[in-house]
Amino acid sequence: MASIEQQAKGKKDGEIRYLTPLNIETNNKKKYCRFKKSGIKYIDYKDADFLMKLVNEQGKLLPRRLTGTSLKYQRKVAQAVKRARHLALMPYVGDLLK
Amino acid sequence: MNNYETVFILNPVLSDVQIEETVKKFEDFLIKNDAKMVSKENWGLKKLAYPIQKKKSGFYHLFEFTAPGEVVNPYEQEFRRDERIMRFLTVKLDKHAILWAEKRRTRLKTKA
Repeated sequence: MASIEQQAKGKKDGEIRYLTPLNIETNNKKKYCRFKKSGIKYIDYKDADFLMKLVNEQGKLLPRRLTGTSLKYQRKVAQAVKRARHLALMPYVGDLLK
Repeated sequence: MNNYETVFILNPVLSDVQIEETVKKFEDFLIKNDAKMVSKENWGLKKLAYPIQKKKSGFYHLFEFTAPGEVVNPYEQEFRRDERIMRFLTVKLDKHAILWAEKRRTRLKTKA
């Protein structure tokens, strides 16, 4: 039976092994879809102020990964933002919108 | 009969009379083609998010109406031909959108 030290020597230098999993703080808050939660069925392209929450500083759509929006509503968000852009309610390209 | 909604942007150089005339023209066009107006909204002069035809602002108007589907094509054609219109968008409203539009109207009414 090799001890841990011996095992470690067998490995290449610099490799760190832990006996117990490290307790790394992660954000455990579960993301949720804001449209499902508050029962919004239609996303209005005329409401540019609201749609601004769903784009980044350059006016690009934020990914679902960040907003937590469900796929069904992300498609509607994308549609609404594109309509708002067409009507010059939102910019196609922007800089420091927030 | 379907529900539709049109937002269009008028050239900012037009006078009040010309604007009224243009809005009237499209309204008449719809009524002539068995469409029913549900509501009309005038958002007034708004700043554009980016310049269109080198203009930085425009008069926004919103129509909501019910019309048979065949009307929409000639109706949009009319928009394309009119040089006073800088931009327009017609969308069909689904059942959620109709509910939302009603809610929006009552909210605007209580505000005014």
